[in-house]
Amino acid sequence: MSIFIDGDTRLVVQGITGRDGSFHTRQMIEYGTSVVAGVTPGKGGQVFDDTVPVFDTVAEAVSETGANASVIYVPAAFASSAIFEAADAGVDLIVCITEGVPVGDMMTALPYVQEKGARLIGPNCPGLIAPGIGKIGILPGQIVTPGPVGIVSRSGTLTYEVIFQLTRNGIGQSTCVGIGGDPLIGTDFVDCLTAFEADPHTSAVAMIGEIGGTDEQVAAEFVRDHMSKPVVGFIAGQTAPPGRRMGHAGAIISGSEGTAAEKMNAFRECGIAVAERPADLVGLIEARL
Amino acid sequence: MNIHEYQAREILRAHGVPVPPGEIATTPEEAERIAAQYGGMVVVKAQVHAGGRGKAGGVKLAVDPADAREKAGAILGIEIKGLTVEKILVAPAEDIETEAYLGIVMDRGSQSDVIMVSSEGGIDIEEVAATNPDAIQKLAVDARYGLLPHQAAALAHGLYSDAKLARQAARIIMQLYEAYRAAGCTLAEINPLITTPGGEVKAIDAKMNIDDNALFRLPDVAAMRDEAAEDPAERKAREAGLSYIQLDGDVGCCVNGAGLAMATMDLVKHYGGDPANFLDIGGSSNPDKVVTAFEIITSDPNVKSILFNIFGGITRCDDVANGIVEATRRIDVGLPIAIRLTGTNEDLAVEILKENGFEAMTDMDEVVKRAVTLAAGAAS
Repeated sequence: MSIFIDGDTRLVVQGITGRDGSFHTRQMIEYGTSVVAGVTPGKGGQVFDDTVPVFDTVAEAVSETGANASVIYVPAAFASSAIFEAADAGVDLIVCITEGVPVGDMMTALPYVQEKGARLIGPNCPGLIAPGIGKIGILPGQIVTPGPVGIVSRSGTLTYEVIFQLTRNGIGQSTCVGIGGDPLIGTDFVDCLTAFEADPHTSAVAMIGEIGGTDEQVAAEFVRDHMSKPVVGFIAGQTAPPGRRMGHAGAIISGSEGTAAEKMNAFRECGIAVAERPADLVGLIEARL
Repeated sequence: MNIHEYQAREILRAHGVPVPPGEIATTPEEAERIAAQYGGMVVVKAQVHAGGRGKAGGVKLAVDPADAREKAGAILGIEIKGLTVEKILVAPAEDIETEAYLGIVMDRGSQSDVIMVSSEGGIDIEEVAATNPDAIQKLAVDARYGLLPHQAAALAHGLYSDAKLARQAARIIMQLYEAYRAAGCTLAEINPLITTPGGEVKAIDAKMNIDDNALFRLPDVAAMRDEAAEDPAERKAREAGLSYIQLDGDVGCCVNGAGLAMATMDLVKHYGGDPANFLDIGGSSNPDKVVTAFEIITSDPNVKSILFNIFGGITRCDDVANGIVEATRRIDVGLPIAIRLTGTNEDLAVEILKENGFEAMTDMDEVVKRAVTLAAGAAS
């Protein structure tokens, strides 16, 4: 089984006729995802690749096709508007791939999505893939294989690297979720850990974090207090230079500098085995399955 | 993006915040002329993207125009945290009765903009947070409604018991919030916010950090970028859509994706090497980006080997391979290169590289070890 995506997922692609949108729509269909509609304002009535009907609005797409999830490939300037539109149309899941979305835009979009009862993944994320079931976003389908490990990560290509190494060593995945690297995101580590804990087909979780913020520390405490399944972790940026973060005032609020050392310590203190290298995750996972 | 104090003052002034006058000088003579125009005492302040300017000798009082020239001469050209002072702000010295702190910061934890107010102004807010955290009032703003007048009033009354001062401060808090939103800020601070013996509240110093992602629709703010204050290699990278930070090691790193780039640097260190840089060539890479990446890496004289670690998703490995071939044709790299490519169009990439005399690896640990060995070999 899987989290956030399953056999009943019916996907609408916002920005289906764009360069990235069209390329990845074909990839998602090829992987077996049920792409039921596309949206590009002004191109309603067209049919993408002779198979996917295109609508002017998400609301139309939902009422005509019963779409219940959306993926967004529109340019950054229009991304928050696309999120509002998807939430308004009543889809349950919104995955925003777009990078470079102004943080001020997300400040108003996040509470709106929450009010509407939808789940947003991203922005600036690779999306998610449930091996053998389907994928939403840009994660390469050829590197995954079905299995018992849940993966949640803030990065894109580093996630691919970890999946690749697990797969190469015969360890499959239940669902891989890239939650995105932006300061304001819709779904965080804790949301994913909660879902993995409840998913009967996930028996261990790999959590891949980065420097900055305190999401990993919060997630570590959640693992300690609420998870029965083993969790292993990796933090990127152990050698990153300090001072490349937003002012010190940010650190005052969170009471943390967000360094890799701090996060790795938090992991260890909460019983999460920490890998020094991405490759070490393989052994740590193997020992816990 | 960081902007200078004088630019932040302009933005605040445009939103109605009472900011005393001030002008920019780049020479001592200009500073003298500006001081003469104001008459009386002036303050001369270094304009650099660094905190702690006062402690570093970048802020001085001058009693008259001649003194302003002298103080300007003492500040221009000095280095503050590695940054050379090219510009100074000359402003009339204010009569200060009290100093407070007023700031807004984007807080990822609460997913909101948080306003911070403290009666202990004029010193670093992190110092206040460490020694007297109760002296800071905080308020998380609900972005759907923006800052509401009664919220600003409550913060202001916490700051000043005098009703007239509180009324002015409430207005300034509202104006600061408007400026923060309008200029795409992730941080805006007024420190100090002063009261004068005449009962006026004024903003003396201002600091703003701008969200780079918001700049595309804020041309006036984007124009405030001080390119002279940027590292030339980092500027070149930014203009080419690459993300680059120079470090002091000797293994030049070129990676796609920030997380993988950081993990690659960590691995270089793990195998006893030292990364020369962070460089993320981003998502849909074209060969030109790779050529620029080569130019940037090779412009660092410390680099002894070049490491490519590419995991193709959106990025096509053949694009990167073509870029490597193109770059080594166009510029004389003169350094050993270790390449790892996995993912989209990997086979095509390996073929392109082989035809041009390069070897491609598939394992991240192996390629990092190779690059570290190459750097050590070249150094000895």
